[in-house]
Amino acid sequence: MKDREYRLASAARGGLLFMHNVPGVALGDRVQVHDHAGRIRNGQVIRSSLESVLIQVFEGTEHLDLERTWVRFLEQPFELALSPEILGRVFNGVGLPRDARPPLVSGLRRNVNGAPVNPAARAYPREFVQTGISAIDGLDSLVRGQKLPIFSGSGLPHNRLAAQIVRQAKLPNEESGFAVVFAAMGVSHTDARMFQEDFESSGVLSKVVMFLNLADDPAIERLILPRAALTAAEYLAFDLDMHVLVIMTDMTHYAEALREVATAKGDVPSRKGYPGYLYSDLAELYERAGRIKGRHGSITLIPVVSMPSDDITHPIPDLTGYITEGQIVLSRDLYNQGIYPPVAVPPSLSRLMKDGVGKEYTREDHPRVANQLYASYARALEVRNLASIIGAEELGEADRAFLKFAESFERNFVAQGENEERNILDTLDLAWRQLSLLPRDALARVSEADLDKYHTPISHQP
Amino acid sequence: MGEILEINGPIVRVRLPQVLTGEQVRVGALKLTGEVIGREGDDAIVQVYEVTDGLRPGDPVEPMGHPLSVELGPGLLGQIFDGVQRPLYTLYDLSGDHIARGLAVDALNREKAWTFEPNAALANGTAILPGSVLGTVQETAHILHHILVPPDIGGTLLELAPAGDYTLEQPVAHIQDEQGHTHKLKLYHRWPVRTPRPYQHRDHASAPLITGQRVLDTFFPLLKGGKAAVPGPFGAGKTVVQHQISRWSNAEIVVFVGCGERGNELVDILESFPKLTDPHTGRSLMERTVLVANTSNMPVVAREASVYVGVTLAEYFRDQGYDVVMVADSTSRWAEALREVSGRLGQMPVEEGYPAYLGSRLAAFYERAGRVEALSGKLGSVTLIGAVSPPGGDFSEPVTSHTKEIVQTFWALSKELADARHYPSVDWTESFSGYVGTAAQWWSENVDVQWEGLRGIALGLLTQAEELARIVNLVGPEALSPAQRWALEGSTLIKEGILQQSALDEIDSYCSPQKQFALLQLLLTIYAQGQKLLALGVPVQRLLSLPLLARARRYKTLHGNDDLARLNANALEIQVAFDALRAEYTKPGSAAK
Repeated sequence: MKDREYRLASAARGGLLFMHNVPGVALGDRVQVHDHAGRIRNGQVIRSSLESVLIQVFEGTEHLDLERTWVRFLEQPFELALSPEILGRVFNGVGLPRDARPPLVSGLRRNVNGAPVNPAARAYPREFVQTGISAIDGLDSLVRGQKLPIFSGSGLPHNRLAAQIVRQAKLPNEESGFAVVFAAMGVSHTDARMFQEDFESSGVLSKVVMFLNLADDPAIERLILPRAALTAAEYLAFDLDMHVLVIMTDMTHYAEALREVATAKGDVPSRKGYPGYLYSDLAELYERAGRIKGRHGSITLIPVVSMPSDDITHPIPDLTGYITEGQIVLSRDLYNQGIYPPVAVPPSLSRLMKDGVGKEYTREDHPRVANQLYASYARALEVRNLASIIGAEELGEADRAFLKFAESFERNFVAQGENEERNILDTLDLAWRQLSLLPRDALARVSEADLDKYHTPISHQP
Repeated sequence: MGEILEINGPIVRVRLPQVLTGEQVRVGALKLTGEVIGREGDDAIVQVYEVTDGLRPGDPVEPMGHPLSVELGPGLLGQIFDGVQRPLYTLYDLSGDHIARGLAVDALNREKAWTFEPNAALANGTAILPGSVLGTVQETAHILHHILVPPDIGGTLLELAPAGDYTLEQPVAHIQDEQGHTHKLKLYHRWPVRTPRPYQHRDHASAPLITGQRVLDTFFPLLKGGKAAVPGPFGAGKTVVQHQISRWSNAEIVVFVGCGERGNELVDILESFPKLTDPHTGRSLMERTVLVANTSNMPVVAREASVYVGVTLAEYFRDQGYDVVMVADSTSRWAEALREVSGRLGQMPVEEGYPAYLGSRLAAFYERAGRVEALSGKLGSVTLIGAVSPPGGDFSEPVTSHTKEIVQTFWALSKELADARHYPSVDWTESFSGYVGTAAQWWSENVDVQWEGLRGIALGLLTQAEELARIVNLVGPEALSPAQRWALEGSTLIKEGILQQSALDEIDSYCSPQKQFALLQLLLTIYAQGQKLLALGVPVQRLLSLPLLARARRYKTLHGNDDLARLNANALEIQVAFDALRAEYTKPGSAAK
């Protein structure tokens, strides 16, 4: 039953091709669609019955007739060819070269859908990754094998932040740095070039695999692109023992493509027209990050989600937040005040931080300092709110200290240069300089010993 | 033998006449396991527990002759199973890092021999009732596994095996039923997961489940045999609350169902529980725990099954006379699995795409909680605690609102509290417990008669403070009277000194009922003493600047559960501080002027 070719699809619309009287086609199989101009498009079987077959065409169903279109069933699942040569290469969503170099030849091919990792095979991620960014390292530390998204909004510098993380991310006690898998879905040419130049100038390009689907490329290809990218990441991490950092930008474009196909298929919509299986679908991607027992490599995943209308309750960031291990939220407010990176501290969180910092990985006081900064900043924001109503002059002395703290915390701790790299000890010392703006008895989250060691009231500071 | 007609994601239409709805089938060349969820003419609609990629129309389908059921017997404890009770460690040995498809594995180890001690009260020829105890196996140091006659079998005992070592497949008893049919009973039996296990009658739940979490035990108690929900948006700390309950609660068995959640959270349990000790028995926590895992990347249909697998395991231990807690994280993912299947079947959605039967399925599931007298005559309970993950944190969505109607204890988690790192972020205005009266009886008999009264004062203070905080946000703290400012301070003291509890702090992670009460009493004493001084004309600023207040917030972490004497000694310190202040203002011609 190899390579059967059929003509006369019964319908073509919304990226879907409906075929009749094609018996015995397996679900998930790869197809090639030859259009009237001789161009080959890639597709996949997403529903199959005795009478009909439904095909999702990654290049879309524009400029397609039914009479001259031939569909070839390849009798194999969607696979990606893998070899160490993928490093330094640029591919499109279905794994074909985009860099004018020949396709990869390799006997090793893997199904892009992967298979679920057995929870009993996972190792708990707990090694601190230093990004050199105080707001992340100090407050929401990233650990190796974590999935930590950046929740952003249109026009905010999420891609610049992601690029800075790629440049600076370091694994303490590891000789080699990260290999990078970069999955771009619907990003602009400008952003894609920014990343490319950034990788080049920082010298990591030879350790980057790029999967590119730009804003003017077919939208449906975005459905398979992250799967191909994660298949490459799994190969690098678990076959070649590398630590892999995967940047996926922008998940919102991915989810929109999913909605487009779901609507065309007639799936029952749940919230905002997104299909009910958006959660499971996103989880299939995000859960491919992690560490595995007895393997040296790891996959650390940083998806970028631009929140439509800055709404964190929108289904895409909302469902993402339920799957990922925390989130870094960017704030338009801080950005407008000229603060880069504009990390909104209160809603940001790293769930795996508790086991990845402290004496063994960073410094003994780290978890308590982070907790204290959060609590003090929350209090300071309340005071700032109050000051905007009754005026700062009306505040008591203690409250004024909090106002000063908030200001300094945002300007000196959260804000930093795009090329500024702070090591974790500097970040913690900087944190204590902010906390020292507050009186000792306002700091209940740190221990007495921490206070004795690190708290330097203003009058004692040089 | 039938054949596949259509494949639509996890839903497969097959031609298979005479198959029963609910029956299990094996689908395709890979023999994927599925379950018949409907019949239409000669066709059956099958939901498949595994990814259906690669299945093709025309592939064979065979019925298995029984509904989805679980194996119940020694060897469950300390294990981690997938959503249809396949042991994940065994799958790991068979297929490595990733779960391969079509693996058929026994849930319980068939090779291991268990030391069986027959029930001395049973003699050959005696009548055996369904569900009675044939004997025991010491499964772990603290858990005695009672070998039960299956609830659907009874008759005359023909033979009971002598004490000795038996594997699961060796018969330990022969029973002849009324029809003259002989049943060979083994150390394990099977039970269909969608059928609640029968019992003699329900009993009133009377004792609280002590979780060691102050905001839960003291403010919104849950009873053994009760039902509770923990709703909260992402990042509110649902998982930590559920892990804390699984760690510290005074249940004898904990069944934790990871339903559509993160893989690493289960790894956290797998890695940390064996090292933690049960505060009630001093044994490793893993010895009393069973895990059922369908993580979010595992097939969605098995997610629907996983909560039923979990609750059936819980009922089985209940029938042996144990208090069992089952934690389901998260019931929203289970509801979404229902929604996905119903959507693929083209059923008419009602709210947000959910099928019309969502409410009744949820209610029927939670009804499997309860304290019962089992068929064996033993008293046991199943406490159900379900996490709910409302989209966008909106508690009016269907799963949260239906659940809220069903449960008696509602621990609502708040994003605002979590953002301020107030953990556990249980919101005292949204949460409720219908069990306070019953719990009060237990507290007054076992801890102190004043519990209910003090709890009421503390909650009242918290509610009053909400109102005052609104005023402060509008016009500033100067608008409040001294008594109101003191009330605000009192509520902050309760929030920081009692409600906030760090899961990571060694001393504070588990708080005994006695310590919970002592803290409540101490902090309310401070508040009451301050009120008296205010009445004497002491300026509220003097009270607010008492160094005692900062120290009182640390009481919880300064004194462990076995150090109550020193905790209570703080009462003296409080008395001294307030007496000194009182003396200052009651002296004739004192600073009061």
